[in-house]
Amino acid sequence: MVEFAGYDMPVQYQEGVLKEHLWTRAHAGAFDVSHMGPAFLTLNARSGDGDADHRAVSALIEPLISGDIASLRRGQVRYTLLLGEDGGILDDLMVARPPEDDQQGLLYIVVNAGTKDGDFALIEAAAGGRATLTRVDGWALVAVQGPQAADVVAEILPEARQLTFMTARPIAFGGESGVLTRGGYTGEDGYEILVRPAYAEALWDRLLSDERVKPIALGARDSLRLEAGLPLNGHDLDPSVSPIEADLGFAVSKARLKAGRMRGAPRIAGELAGGLSRKRVGLRVLEGAPAREGAEITDSGGAAVGRITSGGFSPSLSAPIAMGFVPPALARPGTALSAIVRGKAQPAEVVAMPFVPHRYVRAA
Amino acid sequence: MRFTKEHEWIEVDGDVATIGVTAYAAEQLGDVVFVELPEIGKAVKVGDGLAVVESVKAASDVYAPVAGEVIAVNAALEKEPETVNAEPEAAGWFAKMKLSDPSAVDQLMDRSAYEAFLQTL
Repeated sequence: MVEFAGYDMPVQYQEGVLKEHLWTRAHAGAFDVSHMGPAFLTLNARSGDGDADHRAVSALIEPLISGDIASLRRGQVRYTLLLGEDGGILDDLMVARPPEDDQQGLLYIVVNAGTKDGDFALIEAAAGGRATLTRVDGWALVAVQGPQAADVVAEILPEARQLTFMTARPIAFGGESGVLTRGGYTGEDGYEILVRPAYAEALWDRLLSDERVKPIALGARDSLRLEAGLPLNGHDLDPSVSPIEADLGFAVSKARLKAGRMRGAPRIAGELAGGLSRKRVGLRVLEGAPAREGAEITDSGGAAVGRITSGGFSPSLSAPIAMGFVPPALARPGTALSAIVRGKAQPAEVVAMPFVPHRYVRAA
Repeated sequence: MRFTKEHEWIEVDGDVATIGVTAYAAEQLGDVVFVELPEIGKAVKVGDGLAVVESVKAASDVYAPVAGEVIAVNAALEKEPETVNAEPEAAGWFAKMKLSDPSAVDQLMDRSAYEAFLQTL
């Protein structure tokens, strides 16, 4: 067990990180991610015009984030970034628009555990009394990930079949309302299920009673997301890192940036126009020990050019992999670099991410 | 076989000691995915880093339980690091050392003392 963002959490269950990781890639893993920060942001005065109410609540949160929320379709989920005044990344989060007519003007938001108090304070301040933020981080959030996740979850919640990657819908579990989203943090197909605390144990036990499902702890959650090329806030992302440096340009609304309606817009636009000094890349360590967070990256001449922000051993590839920041001139796949581990320069190569292909189930 | 509180084992034959980590340590480490072995000829003092064992999640140092010179390493671990988990107290050995003072080994725990120590953890 380890302390993680104020929560006591397991690094591994009985079988260990390696087997938990490979099980998730082959079958289905259940992750207790109740430490995360789910919340609802609800417009106080709704007009009854669903699209207008959605635009109104979106307009309250958009000034804080990189993405376009107003354009979300009903039931759509978007990955976005909470930005500081200078465009640095305070957190990465999910924002969903409910599908139901009577829920327009509400957003379902999930932020990271370590930053949730600060995130929620910012969102509440931005809402300025026009919307109410209801934290539900006391509820249970359970992720089910892997190629068999869809079959497993559909036996418990048949409506799961109706979702595709990055869509959400309400569920009734134990007769009480919750939220089901299709997506996750492993690169696999899967779901995240929000239920009230009274039903947490019933949901967890029901999942684990399925022989296709094993419980997966923090260690494998980290190695799975690393293989999927997904950044971890507080490690690969921090308030000094911009969305462009983090290679998360897809999460930046071009329209809002062009209009200058985004925190750090001059910096972000300048970086897109060629003024970028570093970029997050994937690295394969070709020989030697895994290069982990904090390891120095050098160029072929031995000069320091950056640092590893997360790294470890990839169970799927049986090789060390890492993410780190390097100057754009060294960011092209195939570039030969070194990672310094215990004083030794180990050959490494920039590679495209994800390291292991995503297997999301997208809308046809 | 003798043991340390850092969960290394040491087996002495004359003035040569074979060193590895205990079954308890291997269990705690989890699946070993990489082992960094010392250079042959390296002179080590008690407490010097002798090897590094990496699991998926973390790197752990293995310290020299006795002083001496490294005369052999288990190169097979470079290809098959999982041997540390499968046979920690036999085929999963890390290095052989020529001891500066073979009698120093007598001060380490024997198996019953080590097992009693494990009970206290």
